[in-house]
Amino acid sequence: MKLLVPVKRVVDYNVKVRVKPDGSGVETANVKMSMNPFDEIAVEEAVRLKEKGAATEIVAVSIGPAQAQEQIRTALAMGADRGILVEVADTVEPIAVAKILKAIVEKEGPQMVILGKQAIDDDMNATGQMLAALLGWGQGTFASKVEITDGAVNVTREVDGGLETVKLTLPAIVTTDLRLNEPRYASLPNIMKARKKPIETIKPGDLGVDTTPRLKVIKVEEPAKRQAGVKVGSAAELVAKLRNEAKVI
Amino acid sequence: MTVLVLADHDGASISQPTRSAVAAGGKLGDVTLLVMGPESVAQAGAKIAGVTKVLHAPTEHMLAEPAAALIAGIAGDYTHLLAPASAVGKNVMPRVAALLDVQPISDISGVVDADTFVRPIYAGNALATVQSSDAKKVITVRAASFDPVAAEGGSASVEAAPSANDPGVSSYVGAEIVKSERPELTAARVVVSGGRAIGSADNFKILDKIADKLGAAVGASRAAVDAGYAPNDLQVGQTGKIVAPELYMAFGISGAIQHLAGMKDSKVIVAVNKDEEAPIFQVADYGLVGDIFKVIPEIEAELEK
Repeated sequence: MKLLVPVKRVVDYNVKVRVKPDGSGVETANVKMSMNPFDEIAVEEAVRLKEKGAATEIVAVSIGPAQAQEQIRTALAMGADRGILVEVADTVEPIAVAKILKAIVEKEGPQMVILGKQAIDDDMNATGQMLAALLGWGQGTFASKVEITDGAVNVTREVDGGLETVKLTLPAIVTTDLRLNEPRYASLPNIMKARKKPIETIKPGDLGVDTTPRLKVIKVEEPAKRQAGVKVGSAAELVAKLRNEAKVI
Repeated sequence: MTVLVLADHDGASISQPTRSAVAAGGKLGDVTLLVMGPESVAQAGAKIAGVTKVLHAPTEHMLAEPAAALIAGIAGDYTHLLAPASAVGKNVMPRVAALLDVQPISDISGVVDADTFVRPIYAGNALATVQSSDAKKVITVRAASFDPVAAEGGSASVEAAPSANDPGVSSYVGAEIVKSERPELTAARVVVSGGRAIGSADNFKILDKIADKLGAAVGASRAAVDAGYAPNDLQVGQTGKIVAPELYMAFGISGAIQHLAGMKDSKVIVAVNKDEEAPIFQVADYGLVGDIFKVIPEIEAELEK
């Protein structure tokens, strides 16, 4: 079966983001960009399914600027077979991303789409669920284990009190949580091989999707800074301060 | 303005984050609470302060597919559809939004007006104020940012929710829910958390006594969870639980950005770490540089006094 894995180009998770002085957003110029970490987990899971013989082809998709080719190449180096870049100039919200992915799903016919549960830039945690709704498919969100059985997939999900397992009829959507797997580093030979794998470039208009944002960003600001407090010298002093000064115990 | 709030519950009681979502909903209009679960939980929902009506659907498991179909089916009666940003709310609400052709507004930390909301982005390192042009708003609420309404004091009527078609693409297999006598992490007045410095799953029990004495929930950093020292449902941070207790005590936690994103709104923060340069000290009200295995028993002894 074919798997589709969307990957997003985001500010690298090690970068301390800075709010632009005019409050229009965060600084993304001259900042290291990487594949969204949850999407790396999605690519890894897809590659493992292929290595186990459960999947035959992996298509990596990115919706972003021309440079998002880099993230597709990373997915190809990890083991994806080919890429699709949907080139956009501006921010595309999850609803438009889901519509673009739906159009690609209808063209490609994958049995499963594996996505990161959220992107670490807008922290929306929405695209997978929205794509599932648009396709009328089942969704296994925040997955920590994925097992393909006959015509279905069992997804163990990280929920508030522990773990929950759901069974979804294929085709289905899976979104990845942190502990699903540990993504591999691409080896140099695989990085070289990835350069020869094909990437098709299309525009949202080719798919008939309107990407006009629904949310207008009024302003972006830094949260109030917390002031560092005092250092105490002993456990006794700490407990005394919590009792008498902070009055929290 | 009419507001529907999806209740999150464990089959017995309604979660505190749900009451925070009711508080956020109350800023927008009259709140109807949707309870998908046992009748007794719907009755408990009717007592929540500020709830004017309860809609009850006798569902056994809150699977996203039928839940979203039900909510989308009754959405016409409401201007705003809310849920706490819990695992349930995050699972169901974006699906509802897509069924209604709406861009959801996730994890709001503030209500500006009926169309405009504040939400953290980049792990809470920036706050975005966004205005929605969608006719209907689909929202999840960051519980730590809204004081919950009281669990008692209301007297809402309970009505049966219209039934919805289950798309039939998903089924519940089972769950491993950790039973604990301790308060729920996102609702606890005090949280005692451990980090990688704890060193092992066995050592993690070192936090139990302080937690018991203070009636605290136990939390963990991502590093501790990834190392297998603590189960995933204890993780505090950007990708785990967001907490804002009155007292947060961090033991052996260095203070990675992603952890701070989950606890920096706590009222009082205590940090104990042997590395005096640890970033956690930059947000701590009270810092103690020392070995946690020496300091923790000392704190226990002091709490006894």
